[in-house]
Amino acid sequence: MNKERFAVVGQPLPKIDAWSKVTGQTRYADDLVLPRMAFGRLLRSPHSHAWIRRIDTTRARALPGVYAVITGADLPPVKFGILPVSQDEEALCREKVRLVGDPVAAVAAVDEETAERASELIDVEYETLPPLMSIHDSLAHPEVRIHEYGDGPNIHKLVALQFGDVDAAFAKADLVREDVFYFEGNTHLPMEQHAAVAAWGPDGKLTLWSSTQTPHYVHRLLTKILDVPGAHLRVIATPVGGGFGGKLDPFAHEIAACRLSQITGRPVKIALTREEVFYVHRGRHPVLMWLKTGFTRDGDITGSHIRTWLDGGAYGSYGVASTFYTGVINPVTYKMPVYKFEGARIFTNKPPCGPKRGHGTPQPRFALECQLDKAAEQLGLDPADMRRRIAVEPFTKTANHLTVTTTGLVECIDKVVESSGWRDKRERFGARSAGARKKGIGIAASAYMTGAGTAIYWNSMPHSGVVVRADRSGGVSVLCGATDIGQGSDSILAYLVAEGLGIDPKDIRVHASDTDLTPVDLGSYSSRVTLMCGMAAIQAANRLRTAIFEAVAKKLEVPPGALAARDRKVGVPDDWDKAVPFAQAVELGEAMHGVLAFAGSYAPPKRAGKYKGGGVGPSPCYSYSAAVVELTVDEETGEIHLDDIWIGHDVGRALNPLLVEGQVEGSVYMGIGEALMEEQVFRKGLHKTPSMLDYKSPTTLEIPDIRTYLVETDDPEGPFGAKEAGQGPLLPVIPAIANAVYHAVGVRIDEVPITPDKVLRGLELKRQSKPARIGPDRLPVMQWKEPLVVESAFGQPAEAVVLRPFADPTPRA
Amino acid sequence: MLRLPPFEYLPARTVADAVKYVADRGADAMLVAGGTDLYPNMKRRQFEPKALIGLRGIRELRGVRGDARTGVTIGAMTVLSDLADHPTLLDHYAGVATAAGLVSSPQLRRMGTIGGNVCVDTRCNYYNQTYSWRKAIGFCMKKDGDTCLVAPGSPRCWAVSSSDTAPALWSLGARVRLVGPAGERTIRFSTLYRDDGIDYLAKQPDEILTDILLPPADGWRSAYLKLRRRGSFDFPVLGVAVAARMDGDVVREARIVLGAVASTPREADRAAAALVGERVTPEVITRVADLAAGPSKPLDNTDFTHPYRKKVTRVFVARALRKIAGLPESGASTAEIG
Ligand SMILES: Cc1cc2nc3c(=O)[nH]c(=O)nc-3n(C[C@H](O)[C@H](O)[C@H](O)COP(=O)(O)OP(=O)(O)OC[C@H]3O[C@@H](n4cnc5c(N)ncnc54)[C@H](O)[C@@H]3O)c2cc1C
Ligand code: SF4
Repeated sequence: MNKERFAVVGQPLPKIDAWSKVTGQTRYADDLVLPRMAFGRLLRSPHSHAWIRRIDTTRARALPGVYAVITGADLPPVKFGILPVSQDEEALCREKVRLVGDPVAAVAAVDEETAERASELIDVEYETLPPLMSIHDSLAHPEVRIHEYGDGPNIHKLVALQFGDVDAAFAKADLVREDVFYFEGNTHLPMEQHAAVAAWGPDGKLTLWSSTQTPHYVHRLLTKILDVPGAHLRVIATPVGGGFGGKLDPFAHEIAACRLSQITGRPVKIALTREEVFYVHRGRHPVLMWLKTGFTRDGDITGSHIRTWLDGGAYGSYGVASTFYTGVINPVTYKMPVYKFEGARIFTNKPPCGPKRGHGTPQPRFALECQLDKAAEQLGLDPADMRRRIAVEPFTKTANHLTVTTTGLVECIDKVVESSGWRDKRERFGARSAGARKKGIGIAASAYMTGAGTAIYWNSMPHSGVVVRADRSGGVSVLCGATDIGQGSDSILAYLVAEGLGIDPKDIRVHASDTDLTPVDLGSYSSRVTLMCGMAAIQAANRLRTAIFEAVAKKLEVPPGALAARDRKVGVPDDWDKAVPFAQAVELGEAMHGVLAFAGSYAPPKRAGKYKGGGVGPSPCYSYSAAVVELTVDEETGEIHLDDIWIGHDVGRALNPLLVEGQVEGSVYMGIGEALMEEQVFRKGLHKTPSMLDYKSPTTLEIPDIRTYLVETDDPEGPFGAKEAGQGPLLPVIPAIANAVYHAVGVRIDEVPITPDKVLRGLELKRQSKPARIGPDRLPVMQWKEPLVVESAFGQPAEAVVLRPFADPTPRA
Repeated sequence: MLRLPPFEYLPARTVADAVKYVADRGADAMLVAGGTDLYPNMKRRQFEPKALIGLRGIRELRGVRGDARTGVTIGAMTVLSDLADHPTLLDHYAGVATAAGLVSSPQLRRMGTIGGNVCVDTRCNYYNQTYSWRKAIGFCMKKDGDTCLVAPGSPRCWAVSSSDTAPALWSLGARVRLVGPAGERTIRFSTLYRDDGIDYLAKQPDEILTDILLPPADGWRSAYLKLRRRGSFDFPVLGVAVAARMDGDVVREARIVLGAVASTPREADRAAAALVGERVTPEVITRVADLAAGPSKPLDNTDFTHPYRKKVTRVFVARALRKIAGLPESGASTAEIG
């Protein structure tokens, strides 16, 4: 596609909210102050597993300045959860607490200090139960049950899917490798701590402002949890200071604020402390993985079988989806004709895990890419060449029936291999470098979804909707339920509508994420927003343009098809002098049609695999990434210094290259943290490091130069060809680092984070001529369920859009 | 947000003011300098003083006086960023300038003072937690409880001395001036601390640290190396300060002081003694580093595993010695293959 035909798309424009962000004027949830507002606070459990025997709030209520104290008894007796299959949470626990940090009561008071003091005056009697703090613990103690539901004692979910005959595939292989890996849990660490303000008005209607990534799901669930009609409830997502998946569930503080507001007749704010954010969590699942893969002499994969054990923490959250994601996205990167996946999510008495950036896929990607590296070495192949050879083919299906449309993976690999000087450094680095500082270079690749093909609850409505409204002032407003969590979705909406109407993004006001005013968008997760609200925005803008063109055509006495909109004018390109200024064009349109407000809707093409579980994994299209990492390992201290990262990302089309690079760099940043230092670990039932100082996440000083190469494949499914950029680029970073460490010092760290301590222990083993590997060696004994056996769809040709609901009959813009 | 507990603030204008306030308020009051250590701790209820005596307004306590020939006096209220780029310190007391420049982050170095850094509370990852966290795990003897969670059964607290500048100042033979109701005295760094995580300072609670006195530079060279997870923000989990007075290439006097491996900075005197009279050759470095690692007895109460911190002590001592001797840090540098 010719780039020249765009005016706004492809331009490196600043975000539309950049100025208010950098000048500190953005008003986050915790900045909201309403008249008569009370301050709330939650009392949380000090035990990781216990029965609640008695709660006495008398002393707290008696404290001057306290307006209300509530417990679970003050809320409708329902359990809830983001997924219909895991309704296991309570805003305030009634009978049992399952982690340190589980909320048991809430207070509203005149100020934060009083609320805190009051919460300490609530007397709770507990009867403690044995805490189960690991996958091994929970499986070894079926007699202690964290929940009563699930696929077995302390087993939340078991999944087993098989596509083709894996045994036959391994029999055909020249090399079969079995490896075990562990990926430690980690958390999102957004700068903004969660906060919410609830105001239950005298009209009996409730408004909730919250730093949420999904006002729609919060709205939907609050109607059930609080037993209020959806029509009387309004959820407004305030600007979100980072989410990364941590603000995608309905949370206790939101629910408690609503109820406290109802009781006190005052607006109530609850802002979490940093420590509470660690307990709320929903972050990366710790995953233990066993991976068996067959390879031919040339490096082709004959088949692959993966088992994953997820440490889910105390509640379901998105865990069932996470479990699927540790398996179903794997076959999208490389040609994998036969595939088997078994996954188990285990409950433990820790903060619930959930959908952190990359949702369920960084862990198996780490395993697979490290295993490929080992196989390449055994087969005598260059790891980059091998990956290039086995890259998935465009417009084909995977073994598990996912449709791959465009793929720029080969180009991504080529870009990072060339620009990094891969071949030369592969030769020179490693054992050949002298002294205690060893250089290494490693590679990895990946794929990620551009939006989940199905909503979390079954329905056939749009996944995203946009209304574009114009009036005689020449101003255009865009209304959309999408939530800007810093990724720039508001800006994307402005760019796309500006592009469609031939005006400047500055002429557009975006009103987003307000369940009263904006059409539903499901939320900012699964990298769905640019594609889905983008497609809806294009449709809405096109409809508005058509109406305007009709009116201008009449005035200029030309057919509408002869018109173009650009530079804030509408006219015939060959007779541009007569072009009508945009505001006047809108006037003509308004005079002809009445109010100009047009809606666009989007739902993904329906192509879920026709088997149970086939709904998780399909996406309109997949992004691809490849990364090369160059680093130095200090053999005396085990410290790893990253020198350079080259990353190629197939984004389909960069609607704004600046924003895409921002997303890529942010992903790299996060990947580095997970690879080298971040770990959500526990001691004596408690989070060991619930603070920004002690939970180690990289600073700018740990980040090397990041060289980003954007590859454009113009995908037929995306808005102007765009695919996702917010999550995928994280995936290759972690295994590329692990592979580079091996190249540098010959030590395999099959477990993230790769800490200096582990490197030194690996080097010690190497010195003793033992296998220089650090990683898990014990797998839980498990009874897997019979897999659902489905024929492999590998290699079948796949078309792009076959049937997309709500699409206009005309070809796409 | 975590909130400060209520307290009264008493701004002092002179040292005499401060001494008087301390005498009046006794154990109810604490001194506050930059507040970068104390305020976060108060938010987590490690301290709940009824009153704070603010030292910020005392002008006489700010600044660096003197020179390398006669010795240098640093006012306790001098902020760390002013020390990190002070020409005299950089040239003649390099270990001190380096240590000051490695404390925390630029923002905190602009607020944090040298006096506060020398008196900084000892740390332990069972202790530097919120009140509710400590309550949940069971209070320890450093605050609100009576056992030690790191070393159960131990009669004492093992919280870790976490000052970056203290080992460096100690290694250069610095002294501190203390002023209290009973008058003024000057003591060596080696007598300022006690090996106890709770009572880690040997000064009287009513004594104010007013100045730090560095002796004449007199041929001393010094270096400070810090182990921490990240290049900013983090407290030391190992600090190695090495100072040596050289006569040509022969060591005449030496001090090696380890930080963050015990409740007090720890002097590795046997190692230092092994340097005296020697040229700093690779063999000597290895021997001295092995000896220096001896007194390093970290426990599992900071970042990183404690066996790792112990292992790295050797490496850091060797590297600090190399630095002083002007040798390349370790083996070949990466530049030649980069
Ligand atoms: C995130 C973070 C990271 C940090 N990282 C580091 C680090 O890497 N290395 C490090 O060494 N420190 C670190 N600190 C601790 C602290 O910032 C520094 O030690 C700083 O120098 C303390 O100085 P201050 O003036 O702020 O002390 P304050 O907080 O004001 O006081 C600290 C203590 O010293 C006492 N005190 C202060 N001045 C005097 C005086 N003149 N006489 C007697 N007693 C006095 C106070 O009563 C108090 O007990 C960190 C702190 C934070 C919050
Ligand atoms: S060393 Fe022991 S007593 Fe001291 S702070 Fe840590 S846990 Fe508490």
